Amino acid sequence: MSIFQLLNGLTFAALLFVVASGFTLIFGLLRIVNLAHGALYLLGGYIGFAVATRTGSFVLGGLGAMAAVAAIGFVLDQGLLRFVRGNDLRQVLLTLGFAFVLNDLALVIWGGDSFTVPIPQMLKGGMRVFGVFYPTYRLFVLISGIVIFAGLWALLNHTRLGALIRAGVDDAEMVEASGVNIRRVFLVTFLLGSALAGLGGLMGGAFLSLYPSADAEILVFSLAIVIIGGRGSLVGVGVGSLLVGLLNTLGQVMFPELAYFVIFGPMALLLAFRPLGLFGRAATT
Amino acid sequence: MTETAGASQRKFAGPTGRSALVVLIVLALAAALPLGLSNYQVGLATEILIFGVLAMSIDILAGFAGRTSLGHGAIFGVSGYVVVYASAQAGLPPATAFLLGVLAATLVAVIFALLAVRTSGVYFLLLTLALGMIVWGICLRWTQVTGGENGMRGDVRPALLMAHRTFYWAVLAAVTAVSYAMWRFVRSPFGLTLLGIRDSESRMRSLGYNVPLHLFVGFAVSGFFAGIAGALYAMFNNFVSPSSVALAQSVEGVLMMIAGGVGTLFGGFVGAAAVIALENVVSAYTERWPMVLGLTFILIMIFAPEGIIGTLRALLTRQARQSPISTKGH
Amino acid sequence: MDRRKFLKTSTATLATVGALPWRKAIAQAGPIKIGLLAPLTGVVASGGKEMVEGVQFYLDQVKGEIAGRKVELVIEDDASNPDTALQKARRLVEQGNCHMLMGDLLANTGLAVANYVKGTGTPYFIPIIAADDLTQRQRIKNVIRVAGYAASAFTHPFGDWALKQGYKKIATVSQDYTFGHEQCGGLAQVFTEGGGEVVQQFWHPLNTADFSPYLGQLADLKVDAIFAMETGADATRFIQQYASFGLKGKIPFLGAMNATDQSVIRTLGEECDGIIAAAHFAEGSDNPVTQKFTREYEAKYGRIPSLYGFSMYSGIMWVAEALEKLGGKVEDRDAVIDAVLKTELVGSPLGKTVKLDAYGNPIYDVSIRKVVKRADGKYWNVPIANYPNVSQFWKYDPETYMKQPPYSRTFQGIKKA
Repeated sequence: MSIFQLLNGLTFAALLFVVASGFTLIFGLLRIVNLAHGALYLLGGYIGFAVATRTGSFVLGGLGAMAAVAAIGFVLDQGLLRFVRGNDLRQVLLTLGFAFVLNDLALVIWGGDSFTVPIPQMLKGGMRVFGVFYPTYRLFVLISGIVIFAGLWALLNHTRLGALIRAGVDDAEMVEASGVNIRRVFLVTFLLGSALAGLGGLMGGAFLSLYPSADAEILVFSLAIVIIGGRGSLVGVGVGSLLVGLLNTLGQVMFPELAYFVIFGPMALLLAFRPLGLFGRAATT
Repeated sequence: MTETAGASQRKFAGPTGRSALVVLIVLALAAALPLGLSNYQVGLATEILIFGVLAMSIDILAGFAGRTSLGHGAIFGVSGYVVVYASAQAGLPPATAFLLGVLAATLVAVIFALLAVRTSGVYFLLLTLALGMIVWGICLRWTQVTGGENGMRGDVRPALLMAHRTFYWAVLAAVTAVSYAMWRFVRSPFGLTLLGIRDSESRMRSLGYNVPLHLFVGFAVSGFFAGIAGALYAMFNNFVSPSSVALAQSVEGVLMMIAGGVGTLFGGFVGAAAVIALENVVSAYTERWPMVLGLTFILIMIFAPEGIIGTLRALLTRQARQSPISTKGH
Repeated sequence: MDRRKFLKTSTATLATVGALPWRKAIAQAGPIKIGLLAPLTGVVASGGKEMVEGVQFYLDQVKGEIAGRKVELVIEDDASNPDTALQKARRLVEQGNCHMLMGDLLANTGLAVANYVKGTGTPYFIPIIAADDLTQRQRIKNVIRVAGYAASAFTHPFGDWALKQGYKKIATVSQDYTFGHEQCGGLAQVFTEGGGEVVQQFWHPLNTADFSPYLGQLADLKVDAIFAMETGADATRFIQQYASFGLKGKIPFLGAMNATDQSVIRTLGEECDGIIAAAHFAEGSDNPVTQKFTREYEAKYGRIPSLYGFSMYSGIMWVAEALEKLGGKVEDRDAVIDAVLKTELVGSPLGKTVKLDAYGNPIYDVSIRKVVKRADGKYWNVPIANYPNVSQFWKYDPETYMKQPPYSRTFQGIKKA
C-alpha cells in the first residue's frame, strides 16, 4: 500500500472516528443504539454549511453545527426517548423513525442537490508530505481526529464527568445508588455524542459533500466501527475506525466487488462470536 | 376494510367451534372482496395478503421467541431473486421456480440462524441487519447473476393467473394455507417452548431445553414462510431488484408486524393493511411519505407498542375486568 | 387542475361509480391524463424535481391545453427505487386511468416500468432514461425515447474529438452500472478504433464518497486525458477531489455530460472550470432559441436549466406536437405511438428540428462543450465544436452494430492495437 493510499485510509478513518465516538458514547452509557446518528451527521453538515456560507467562517460553522445538533439530540432524548426508557428495542425503532423524519426534513429544506462546506483559504490546496502531494484539508481532518481523541481521552480519564461516564458504562445503577444524578450525566453524554455527530457532518461535508443518502452511509460505518471496536470503549472506537477506514480504502482499490462484505463480514462475525467487540467490556448490571 | 374487523375477531376466539365459523366468514368476505373493487385495489389487496405473510413470519421470531430481526427483508427478497432467475434465465416452470425460491430463502435463514442464535435483543437486531446488508451487497454487485442495479424481469406468473382477480384468489388460497400452518406451528408444543424462551430464557435452560436448537429451528421456519411471501411477490411483480432485499424492506416488514401487534400473529395482516392503505392515501396528497412513515414509527413506539390488535386486546381485557360480572374467561 | 385535487375527485368518482361502460363515451371529450413519474425523494431527488419543472414549464406556456383538450398532469414519486416506480406506474395506469406515462430518471426504475407497460400497452415516454437496449436490442413497441438519448450516442463523437486533439492514451473512471458502461464503451470503441489506447478503466460503486483511492492511481498513470462518467453527488465529489488532489490543470478532464450538468456545477466553484463534455444540450449556447429557453426558465425557477428540465420540456413538447397532428385523439394508443414516431420536433429549445431514427431514438447535433464562468459568476456550458446529425449508431451500420454485444464491464468495444 502506498503512502498515498495509507493517508487516504487514515484521513477517512479520522472522520469516521469523530462520528463513531459520539455513537459509542451514547451506546456505551445509555445503551441506546441511536439509528438517527447518521441523520444528525447530515443535519450537522447542512446547518454548518448554512452558517459557514452566511458568516464566511468555518469555525462558526463548526460551532453552529455542534450547537444545533446537540439541540436536536436534546429533543430526541428528552422529548421522545423518555417515553420508551428501559425498552431497548422500542428505543432503537423510535430512533429509526426519527431518522426518517430528519432525513425528509433535510430534503424539504435543502433539496436534493449536493452541497460542499466551504473551507478556509489556508486549508485549501495541498502540500508535500512523505513524498506525495496531498490535500491540506484532509491532513487537517486527520490531525483533528487525533486532537479530538486526545480531548475525549482527557475528558473520560481526568474529569469527574468522565469518571461518572466510565462508571456508568460499567454499572449505571451503582452510580445512581451512590447519589449521583445519573439522569443528568446521561443527558450531557447524549448531547456530547450528538454534537460530535454534528461536528463530523461539518468536517465531512467539506471533502465528501452532503447529499440525501449520506446519513445512511455514515450510520452504517458507525455501526460497524462500534460493533468491531466494542461498546463504550474509546480505544475501541479508535481502533475500529482505523480498521474500517483502512479496510474501506484498501477494499475500494483491491476488491471493489466486495465493498460491503469487507465491512459487514467482520461486523457479522464479531456479533456472532464476540458481541462485545475487540475492546468492549461486559456491563456488570 | 372488512379484512381488519374480521382478522381481529379471529384472535379473540379460542380453539372453539365458534372460531371456525368466524374464520369461514372472514374467508368468505376476503374471497368476495374483488367483486366490489377495481383492478388496482385488487392489486393492493393482493399485496396486503403477501406482506401479511411476511409480517407474520417476522412475528414468529419476534412475538414468539422474543427476537426481532432486521434481516427478513433479505430472506424475502432472495426468494424473489431465485424465483425470477429460475423462470426467466433457466426457463423452469413456475411451480419449480416457486419451490426453489422458498428453498433458497430457508437456506439463507439457516445461515443467518447459525450465526445469530447465541445473541438476543439489540445485538440480534444488529446482527440480522448486518447479515441482511451482506445479502443486499451481493445482489447489488453480482451483476452477472442478479442483474445488479437493474434487477431482473421475467414472465414469472403462470398464464392462467394473469388476471388481477384470478391471481388474488390464488394468493388468497395460498395465504390461507400458509397462515393455518403458522398458526398450528405457534400453538404446537414447539411453539409453546419458543414462548417460554421469550418469557424467560434462563428458566427454559434450567428446565433442560436446548434453547439454541429451538431458536435455530424457529428461525428456519420463519425464513421458510418469509420465502413463500417473497416468491408470491415475485409472481405479483414479474420483477425483482435490490430494493426487495434492502434494509428498507426489512424495516417495512417489522413496522407492519408492530403495527398489527407483536405476538398476535394474524395482526400481521392488520399491520400490512394499515401500512399499505396509509401509504396509498398519503402519497396521493404529498411527497412526504418518508416523514409520515417515520412519525408513525415514533407514535407507535410511544403510544401503542402493542400495535392495533394488541391495544384492542388490552382495552377489551381491561373492560372485561372492570365489569362486575365477568361474562368471558380470557 | 392541480394533482391533489384531481386525485381526490377521481378517487371519489371511481369509488361511487366504478368502471361503467358509459364512461368511455364521455372520456373522448375529457382531459388528457398524463402520468408523470419522477424521483422526488431518494438519491436523485434534485433531478426529479427539475423533471417536474420542465413539464410544468411547457404546460404553463401552452396554458395547460394540448390539441384543444385540457391536460391533467398526475405526478407520482418513484423514490429513486424500481419497486416503488412499479407500484406507482400501476397506480397511474389502473387507478388513475392515465392515457400515457412519462418520466423516471434512473435506468432501473425505467426498466421496471417498461416491463410493466409491455403488458398493458400504455405509451411510455422516457426522455431521461438512457439504457441503450430499450431502443436497440430489447425494444418494446410502446416505450419511446422522445427527446432523450442513448447513453453511448454522445461519447462516440467525443472519442473522435479526443483523437483530433492528439490524445493517444486515456483512462476512464466511471460509476459501475449500465449507464456508465455504455458511455465509456462508446468512447473507448471509437477512440481505440482510431488508434488510441485506453490504458486503464476504473469502475466504482454508485455513491462513492471518497475517490482518493482512484485519484491516487490516476495520478500515476501517464495519460493524455481522463474521461470521468459521473452523475449527481458522485460527480460533485469527483470534480472537487480531482481539483483538491492537484490533478486539475495537470491532466485534461473529459466528462460525461451528466458530470458537467447544471444540477452538478451550480453548487461548485472554480473546480469545474474548463471541463469538457459532449452533449446535445449546452445551456450557454448562442443559438437564439436555446438562449430564450434558458433565459425564461431561469427567470421562472431561479436557476439555469439542467438536462432534466430541458429533456422533459422537450419530451412533452414532442408528445404535444404529435397529439396536435392526431387532433388530440389520445385514446387510440397505436395511433399515438405511430404519430410520435413520425413527428419531428419543430419547436425544440435546441433551435433545430429533431427527428427519430428507425429505432425510436432521436438524432442530434452533438456539441463538444466546455464549462466557463458567466459574467455574473455562475458556471455554464458553452459549445466549442459541433458534430451534426449523430445517431445512436454513430457511423456504424445499425444491423452490424447491434450484432456486437451491448456495452458492459466486460465488453467496452476496445480494439486491440
